[in-house]
Amino acid sequence: MAEVLGRSKPLTVSPLKTSQPLGASLAVLGLDRAMPLLHGAQGCTAFAKVFLVRHFREPIPLQSTAMDQVSSIMGADENLIMAMKTIAEKNRPAVIGLLTTGLSEAQGTDIHRVLKTFREQYPEHHNVRIVPVNTPDFSGCLESGFALAVQAMIAEWTPTAEQGGTCPGRRAHQVNVLCGSLLTPGDLESLRDLIERFGLNPVFIPDLSDSLDGHLEAEDFSSITTGGTPVSAFATLGDAAATLVIGPSLYPAAELLESRTGTPLHRFDHLFGLDANDRLMMTLAGIAGRPVPGRLERQRAQLQDAMLDCHFLLGQARVAIGADPDLLHAFSELLGEVGAEIVAAVAPARASVLARTPIPQVQVGDLEDLEDLARLQGAELVIGSSHAVDAAERLKLPLLRAGMPQYDRIGGYQRTWIGYDGSRQLLFDLANALLEHAEHGVAPYHSIYSRKAELRQEANHGAPQAFAHSDRWH
Amino acid sequence: MKTSDLAALLNEPACEHNAKSKSGCARPTPGATAGGCTFDGAQISLLPIADVAHIVHGPSGCAGSSWDNRGTRSSGPALFKIGMTTDLSEQDVIMGRGEKRLFHSVKQAIDRYSPAAVFVYSTCVTALIGDDLEAVCKAATQRWGVPVIPVDAAGFYGNKNLGNRLAGETMLKYVVGSREPEPAPVDPARPHLRVHDINLIGEYNIAGEMWHTLPLFDELGLRVLCSLSGDARFREIQTMHRAEATMVVCSRAMLNVARKLRERYDIPWFEGSFYGIQDVSNALRDFARLLNDADLSARTEALIAREEARLAAELAPWRERLRGKRALLYTGGVKSWSIVSALQDLGIQVVATGTKKSTEEDKERIRELMGEEAKMIEDGNARQLLNMAREYHADIMIAGGRNMYTAIKARLPFVDVNQEREHGYAGYQGMLTLARQLARALENPVWEAVRRPTPWKTLRGVGHG
Repeated sequence: MAEVLGRSKPLTVSPLKTSQPLGASLAVLGLDRAMPLLHGAQGCTAFAKVFLVRHFREPIPLQSTAMDQVSSIMGADENLIMAMKTIAEKNRPAVIGLLTTGLSEAQGTDIHRVLKTFREQYPEHHNVRIVPVNTPDFSGCLESGFALAVQAMIAEWTPTAEQGGTCPGRRAHQVNVLCGSLLTPGDLESLRDLIERFGLNPVFIPDLSDSLDGHLEAEDFSSITTGGTPVSAFATLGDAAATLVIGPSLYPAAELLESRTGTPLHRFDHLFGLDANDRLMMTLAGIAGRPVPGRLERQRAQLQDAMLDCHFLLGQARVAIGADPDLLHAFSELLGEVGAEIVAAVAPARASVLARTPIPQVQVGDLEDLEDLARLQGAELVIGSSHAVDAAERLKLPLLRAGMPQYDRIGGYQRTWIGYDGSRQLLFDLANALLEHAEHGVAPYHSIYSRKAELRQEANHGAPQAFAHSDRWH
Repeated sequence: MKTSDLAALLNEPACEHNAKSKSGCARPTPGATAGGCTFDGAQISLLPIADVAHIVHGPSGCAGSSWDNRGTRSSGPALFKIGMTTDLSEQDVIMGRGEKRLFHSVKQAIDRYSPAAVFVYSTCVTALIGDDLEAVCKAATQRWGVPVIPVDAAGFYGNKNLGNRLAGETMLKYVVGSREPEPAPVDPARPHLRVHDINLIGEYNIAGEMWHTLPLFDELGLRVLCSLSGDARFREIQTMHRAEATMVVCSRAMLNVARKLRERYDIPWFEGSFYGIQDVSNALRDFARLLNDADLSARTEALIAREEARLAAELAPWRERLRGKRALLYTGGVKSWSIVSALQDLGIQVVATGTKKSTEEDKERIRELMGEEAKMIEDGNARQLLNMAREYHADIMIAGGRNMYTAIKARLPFVDVNQEREHGYAGYQGMLTLARQLARALENPVWEAVRRPTPWKTLRGVGHG
């Protein structure tokens, strides 16, 4: 429903966009014993690493093929092969995510061919599973890079029903969940609890709640991820009772999985708010063949109550949001449910979901665009990452931090947004942000006939002397 | 950028790495690297120039993941904090529309933000597709009358260090010497004081730490004509050639600038550090020596005596708390010894120090400070650092932010002494901050809590064992 407006100016100021290779790296970090490898110059990796370290406050495994001036011109296939060999020998990962960057894409590297060469040259490393993904940073954004990586994982590791001999429903309690980049590790934990309440066993692809949930390991150090989806899980996806996909950016990956395995697919744009969660409950109850647990019914009633409590503030509230397309869409629907209006919406890149987002317009642009639009439209609240802090300060508006990065807060990565309970907390937070900033009631009016403003005694907060000593008091 | 130009820069004659056996600018190993690229280095060196619009000419990966992540601070304009990039699309790359987009981007930045100058950074993709940065910048300067400076330091040229040098080289080529400084304002309290002009190179004002040393310079009548580049303004960089002395602060990276300022403008220079009481005092003495002013020398000695006495008193309780603690230090180059002396000042025993980027001379200083048996860590990956911390019973790791989560995951107290840190440790005053941060890290009760075993696992162990 939204009209999507293209980039309106040559220079991007205060970028909203985080690049595709970083998004793909994040997806690989949701695999067990994994190492993402960026085929590019050292900086591609260094910047992504610092970004992820600062957001998650965790050590982040990430390597580089360290392309230099000569290999950039003459060919960097050797760098790539050497990097895979070095990682296989040194770090002994189960998985390497082989991801391209703007540099290697502009150069025109064929990573699939190089990977084949590597396999021929180093058969001793055949145990290391390697997934090649093309993620140039001159296209897309974090979300699309993440989605490309998930799709490549399925293409690489999930056999067709015939090849793998899988049969939907053989594992009657297994539910595959393709988790889009709009979900935090905290969301995944909550979703796991929720699905388990129905007696089902979720397999998350990828599973950031097992690798980047910020927990203290017994071991003091690991150079690869210490949790996440094991690669072996991909071969079982075809036996599951059903697949849930959360986030429109992952629909192509989910459709690939469906076409390969025949597992029934249930699409969820997001899990914000009443409507989406009602659908989730009905879907899970249907798969499990059992009623919705009473505890969840109670949570639903709590969310409804919160919607009532918050509607005084959120109804017709004017909101500005800058986020990747899936998250932007999710917020649009949630805010729509409580009668708020998104008056300024900026996404870093195009995505098909934006066309059906229930708001009039989405601008493809940056945080400068968001600031300008928010000012023009008289927004009352901003939703965005830590990068939007300065803009919100200049606008003198409250900021709800959502998306990545969240540098200036601890625990942003862990927040639970989804479910009836997560949505309830989200409504509370939105309402409170408005409450704190609200200008209550009518501004004082000073009558031209009143002498209130001139009478300095007012500041004394006491009855005027003349009155106190008047003979009215006996 | 021509290969021969790059080779010349890598061969910085003033850098001892090139004279001695060990090279600090070795090529990285694919699959086993850490650290940034040349663009990263150039950006670190120049981004602190606060009133400049810094435009990164490339696809989103370069600026998108890196803007707004430095601890450098400005006392005035905040323009440098606004990330700007041409954010090239696939079409721009394929159709060769990068130059055109850049040209209009410069105009957009000038129109909206009225910068003192525009710096344009090349990146891998724009260098590879052959965008002519210099031509675009020249045309833009002529068209809009604002200096537009090309910083040709694409990521794949090499490592971060090279980027620092290229940044310095760019300033020498396009900016330094393009304006004369105003006469120093007269301090009404000291109208007859002879004021000297100095440069600081490689001081990035991380966490505002330059503001610990600036009052000392003011007191001595030393005007910091230009700091390259902490809290700098474009107009200050223009006047660097008029300084009477230059200090290269804690960094080999921009030695080329100091050396060329001497060659071209006869400005003497020295290398020093503002970390540790001794080093701060030495730096002040070195300035007095180079400036050859007897009165300044006398006043410098008086200031040093006063500050050292003050610090001795104020640090006494901290020394008591920190005495005998064992630290593992892992940081680069000059800092490998300058921080050692700072830590020793606090009564901390440094059990090992990193020497990855150190020269033979640096190592000699380390031996002087730590004894012949000093343990040096040549190349510390995270695993090795932790092993060493264990082996030498270190109580704390002191290193760059990159190793922070490695240390704390291993339940080892940590203090950050590099780029990204949030506290300023420079100058006399910085020593107090450092002492406070060390005590804060070491004395926290969380260390005991996170080492405590899970109670029911212990119980089971007792029950069955």
